[in-house]
Amino acid sequence: MDQKMDFNAPHSMGTTIIGVTYNGGVVLGADSRTSTGVYVANRASDKITKLTDNVYVCRSGSAADSQVVSDYVTYFLHQHTIQLGQPATVKVAANLVRLLSYNNKNFLETGLIVGGWDKYEGGQIYGVPLGGTIVQQPFAIGGSGSSYLYGFFDQAWKEGMTKEEAEDLVKKAVSLAIARDGASGGVVRTVIINSEGVTRNFYPGDQLPLWHEELEPHNSLLDILGAPEPMNI
Amino acid sequence: MSSIGTGYDLSVTTFSPDGRVFQIEYAAKAVDNSGTVVGIKCKDGIVLGVEKLIASKMMLPGSNLRIHSVHRHSGMAVAGLAADGRQIVARTRSEATNYDSVYGEPIPVKELAERVASYVHLCTLYWWLRPFGCGVILGGYDRDGPQLYMVEPSGVSYRYFGAAIGKGRQAAKTEIEKLKLGDMTCRQGVIEVAKIIYGVHDEAKDKDFELEMSWVCDESNRQHQKVPDDLLEEAKAAAKAALEEMDAD
Repeated sequence: MDQKMDFNAPHSMGTTIIGVTYNGGVVLGADSRTSTGVYVANRASDKITKLTDNVYVCRSGSAADSQVVSDYVTYFLHQHTIQLGQPATVKVAANLVRLLSYNNKNFLETGLIVGGWDKYEGGQIYGVPLGGTIVQQPFAIGGSGSSYLYGFFDQAWKEGMTKEEAEDLVKKAVSLAIARDGASGGVVRTVIINSEGVTRNFYPGDQLPLWHEELEPHNSLLDILGAPEPMNI
Repeated sequence: MSSIGTGYDLSVTTFSPDGRVFQIEYAAKAVDNSGTVVGIKCKDGIVLGVEKLIASKMMLPGSNLRIHSVHRHSGMAVAGLAADGRQIVARTRSEATNYDSVYGEPIPVKELAERVASYVHLCTLYWWLRPFGCGVILGGYDRDGPQLYMVEPSGVSYRYFGAAIGKGRQAAKTEIEKLKLGDMTCRQGVIEVAKIIYGVHDEAKDKDFELEMSWVCDESNRQHQKVPDDLLEEAKAAAKAALEEMDAD
C-alpha cells in the first residue's frame, strides 16, 4: 500500500440508516461498517442502539459523538421512566436527543433516527439530522448511503405496510445502498418494535439480494469447463 | 382535635412528644378559615369552584382571582393565604413549562401534582421558612384522562374524585358524595358545584361572596378555561333556585 493509513483518524460511520413505520409499529435498519479513513475499523458494528425497552436509535456520522448522545439520552430516559412510573414515549426520547444535538451543534457531528412504539401514538419515527432539528416522518433515511435511496423510497414506500413488507423494504434498501456507497457495508441489522416487544434480526451477505453487476455471469467458460475453484491447490 | 402545643409549636423544625409538627397544623387552620373551594372529576373533565368572600363592597367583581391556569391542560384553585397561593401558582407554572421544554410534551397531571407537593413540603423542612398557608386543588386533563389532585400545607397530595377545602368543606364533601360523578358531564357538574357552593355559604357569618368557576373538559377542547358566562349565569340561577326551595321547606 502506497498510502500511509492513519489508524488514529476519527472513527466515522459512513453508514446507511433507515427507519420505517408500518401498520402496528416500526422497523429500524442499518449497515455495519465503521471506518477510520479507508480502513474498516469494525465490519460488524451494531448501529441500532437501545434507549429504552420500547425506543431505539439508529446512529450515523461520528461514532463517538453518536455514542455519547445515546448514552446521555439513555440515562435521562431511565430516570424519567422511574419518575413517570411508566415507559417513556417515543416523542420524549426524540426530544431529548434533539435538545442535545441542537444545544451542542458546534461540537457534534451526528445524524440520528429515533424509532419506537408507545401505547398512546403507536409506532413513530423521528429524524434528528445534523443541525438538531426534529421532524416526525412516516419513514426516515440517513447516513452517506441514504443519498442513493431517495428515489428508491419515493417509488417503493407505501402507507400501511405489514411487518413483513416493511422489513423486506428496509433490508432491500440497505443492501442497495451498500452496493453503491463505499462507506457502507458489512451485514444488515434490523430491529422491529411494536406492542408485543422488540425483535432483532441479522442478515449476513449471503442472505441479501444481489444487484445488477453482482449477479452471476452467464455462459462463463469456467461453468462450461467445470473448472475447480481458484486458490484450491 | 385542636390542642395547645405549648413549647413545641414555635418552629416548623420541632416535633412534639406525640409526633406532631404543630406549625404545619396551624398552617392547615389558615386554610380551614378561608372560603370554600370545591373540585370534582366528571366523566369528561374537571370542574373547579371557589366561594370567593368579598372583603369590601368597593372591590371590582372579577378581581382577585382564586383560580389560575398553570398550563394549557390544567388549572388550580387556591384556598388560604392569597399571597402564598400566588407563589405556588408561579412555581407550578414554571415546573409545567420547564417539563414541556425538556420532554417535548405537556406535563402529566400526576407529575405536576408531585412537583407541587414536593415544593410545598420543601417549605416545611427549614426553620428559616414558614409552611405555605394555603391548600390547592389541581385539576388537569392529560392523555390518561381527567385527574383531580389536592395538595395540603403539609405537602401531602392525593388524587380525588371530589375534594373540598375551606370553611364549608364538611358540608361540601357530604354533598359531593351524594353526586353520581361517573355519569355526569362537566356541563351538569358546573350546575352541581354552583349549588354546593351556594349551599355551604353561611349568610349569617360571612358577607357577600362571588362565585368563580373553571373547567377543563372535552367541551372546552381539553383546555383549562373559565366557565363560559352563559353557563355560569345558568349555574348561579339554578343554585339560587335550589336554595329558595330549601328555605321554603
